Amino acid sequence: MSNNPSPGASAPKPIRKPGSQIIVDTLIEQGVDTMFGYLGGVVLPIFDKIYDSPINFVIPRHEQGGCHMADAYARATGKPGVIIATSGPGATNLITGLATAMMDSVPLIALTGQVRTDLIGNDAFQEADITGITRPITKHNVILKDTKDVAQTLREAFHIATTGRPGPVLIDIPVDVAMGEAEVTPPEKIKLPGYKIRHRGHSRQVTTAANAINNSLRPVLYVGGGVIASGAFDELRMLAEKAHIPVTTTLLGLGAWDQTKEGSLDMLGMHGAAYANYAVQDADLLIAVGARFEDRVTGKLKTFATNATTIHIDIDPSSISKNVRVDIPVVGDAKQTLSELARQVEYRERKEWFDKIAEWKEKFPLFYDRNADTIKPQYVIEELYNQTKDSEATIVTGVGQHQMWAAQFYKYSRPRQLITSGGLGTMGFGLPAAIGAQVARPGKLVIDIDGDSSFNMTLQELATAVQYELPVKVVLLNNGYMGMVRQWQELFYNKRYSCSYLTNPNFAKLAQAFGAAGITVEDKSAVPGAIEQMLKETKPCVVDFRVEPEENVWPMVPAGKSLHEMDGLDIFESMA
Amino acid sequence: MKHILSALVQNEPGVLAHVSGMFAARAFNIDSLAVGRTDDPKLSRMTIVVVGDDRMVEQVRKQLAKIVSVVKVQDFAGKDTVARDLMLLSVAAPAEKRPEIFALIEMFNAKVVDIGPKFVMVEVSGPEAKIEAFIEACKPYGVKNVARTGTIAMPRQPRSNSQE
Repeated sequence: MSNNPSPGASAPKPIRKPGSQIIVDTLIEQGVDTMFGYLGGVVLPIFDKIYDSPINFVIPRHEQGGCHMADAYARATGKPGVIIATSGPGATNLITGLATAMMDSVPLIALTGQVRTDLIGNDAFQEADITGITRPITKHNVILKDTKDVAQTLREAFHIATTGRPGPVLIDIPVDVAMGEAEVTPPEKIKLPGYKIRHRGHSRQVTTAANAINNSLRPVLYVGGGVIASGAFDELRMLAEKAHIPVTTTLLGLGAWDQTKEGSLDMLGMHGAAYANYAVQDADLLIAVGARFEDRVTGKLKTFATNATTIHIDIDPSSISKNVRVDIPVVGDAKQTLSELARQVEYRERKEWFDKIAEWKEKFPLFYDRNADTIKPQYVIEELYNQTKDSEATIVTGVGQHQMWAAQFYKYSRPRQLITSGGLGTMGFGLPAAIGAQVARPGKLVIDIDGDSSFNMTLQELATAVQYELPVKVVLLNNGYMGMVRQWQELFYNKRYSCSYLTNPNFAKLAQAFGAAGITVEDKSAVPGAIEQMLKETKPCVVDFRVEPEENVWPMVPAGKSLHEMDGLDIFESMA
Repeated sequence: MKHILSALVQNEPGVLAHVSGMFAARAFNIDSLAVGRTDDPKLSRMTIVVVGDDRMVEQVRKQLAKIVSVVKVQDFAGKDTVARDLMLLSVAAPAEKRPEIFALIEMFNAKVVDIGPKFVMVEVSGPEAKIEAFIEACKPYGVKNVARTGTIAMPRQPRSNSQE
C-alpha cells in the first residue's frame, strides 16, 4: 500500500477513524458541498462530524421537504443531491421524495440512520426495514454492516446514482457502524459486476436511424428528460437544425429545446399543444430521445403515432419497447448518440411539413380568454413570463392545473430551467423544490408556480426559506379547489365536486407569520404590479392570486382517448 | 409460452427480495424460482420460469438485468436446454402394494430414500413432465406429501459432447 501513491495518504501507518468521520470525508471526496437533512438519535454521530466540516447544511421542517430539496438541487445543478434522515419515521418520511426522484431519474444519495446491528429485526425503538421499504423506489439500496465498508459503499452509491439512467440510491447506516472505527482506505476501482452501462449506441442501429431520418418527409423529435440529464442540449439542437426537424418535448423535456426558437412544437400529450399532438399523429418518423412513452404522453397506445416509424434512443434498455413497439432501438447515451446522428444526417427542406405545422399553430394556439374580468391563471403566468424572461429565472412547480399552465404558458429556453415532478406527480413538491433550487443557485431568481392544494401540503418549509434567507418566490394560483381533480369531476363526474374543495388560510398573512413577505391579489389590474413587487422583494415572498375558480386546462386528451382526440378545441371554432 | 430465465446474481442479502419484489411490483407472475450457490461463492444462480408472450418476457429480462446485484441474465427459450426438477414424494405403500410401487419407482428411474411402515419416500429428478407423470402414477396409491425444487436449467453444450 505504501507504494500506491494517493492524495493525503503518505503516512506509513494506516489511519483509523470512526465510521461517521469516514462518511463525511467520503462525501467531501465525492464533491459534496451541500446537504439536506433532519436530525435524530441514531444519526447524531454523523451530524457531530458535519459540525466540523465545510458542508453547507440545510435543515428542512420535514424529511419529505428535505428530500425534495435535495432532488431539486440535483435537477438544478446536475450534481447528485444528498439527504440524510434518522431511522424509522425519519427514513419513512423520505419515501415520497425517493419515489419522485426515481420516477424522474434524479441522482440522489439518501443516507438513513438505523438502529444498532444487534437490534435489527427486534422491532427496536424507531426501527424500520428501510431497505425493504424503499427497494422498489430506489435505483439501488444497501444496509451497511461493517465500518470498513463505509467508504467504498458510499463511492459505489455515487457511481450508481449518477451514471447510466440516474436515480436515487439509499444507504442505511446502523449507529454502531457509524460509531465503530476502521482504517481509512483510498478510493479503489468501482467493482460492480452487475452494473453495466452502454454509452455508445450500436453503430449499425445509429446508421439505420440516420438513414430513416434522411428518408423521412414528416419527422418529429420527441424529447424527454433524458436529454437534459445527459446534457445533450447542444447535440439536440445540432441534429434538429442540421436535419430540419421540429421538436416536441415531454413535461420533463421542457427546456431541452429553446421554445422561443423556430421549430418548437412545445409540449405534447394529455395537456400538450394541439399542434404537437397533430404533428406526432401525422408524422412519418418519430425520433424519441430520453423519453419513455408514458401514458400521459401517448394517450391511447393503439392509435399513437400509427403513421410513423419509431426510433427510440434511451440509455435504459428496459425503457425501449416497454410501451410502444419500436422499429429502430438505440441503447445509448443521448449526448453521444445525438452527436453521432447529427454527423450522419443531411439537411432537407421539408417545406410542406413545416407549412402544415405552421397552419396548425395558427389555427390551434394555446389559448385562454384574455378579455375575462376575472384573473385567469394563464394570464398570471404570461405576465410572469414577460417580466422574467430576461432574468434567467428558474421555474419550479407543484402538481396540478397550475403545473400544466406553467408548462403551456411559460416559454423555456434552457435545460434545467423548469423543475417539476413529472412521473410521480407529487403534490407538495413545489416549495421545497424551489428552496433546493435556490440553494443551488444563490443570487438567482427562483419562482415556485404553485396551486393552493399543492402548496398546502408542504408550506411549513417557508420557515426553512426564512431561516436560510433563501428569497424564493411563490406564485400561488389559488382557485380554492384541488383544481385538476375538480376539472375531472366537472368533465367525467357530472360536476359532482366530491371533497375537492378546501378552506384555505390567508396565505399572505401566513407567509408574514413565517417571516416572509405576503401579497394578496384579487383584481386583474393588480397582477402586473404584484409580480413587479414580488420580484423586488428580498425576502421569501408568497403572492396569493385569487384566480378564476373553475378555469380548465385545455386542450385535453381524455384518458383512454387518442392523442388527436382533444377536447377544448371548440373554443377556436367559437372564435372564428 | 414458458420461458426459462437464468440469472447470475451476487450472493448477498436482499437480492432475492429485490428480484421477487421486481416481479411483484410489475405484475409478472413467477411459475417457479430456484436459487442456489454456484462454484463461485460470491455468485448464486436463480432459475426463473415465467409464462408470457415474448414482449412480456423481454421486459422481464430487461428489468432483471437492471437490478444492480444481478450480474447476468439469459433466456433459454429456443435453445437446446437441459432442465430438471427435483422432487421428494411420500406415497402410501402398504405391504401388498409395495412390489407395484417399487416397479413404478424403477420405471421412472427414481430412488427410494426412506421407508416407513405405511409410506415410502421417493426422490425423482428430471424434466417437469416426468415429475408430473410420476405424481399422476402415484396418485392411485395415495400421495401424502410432495416437495419440489422448481426448475433449474442450463443450455446444452454445442455439438455432440452433451451430457445426456
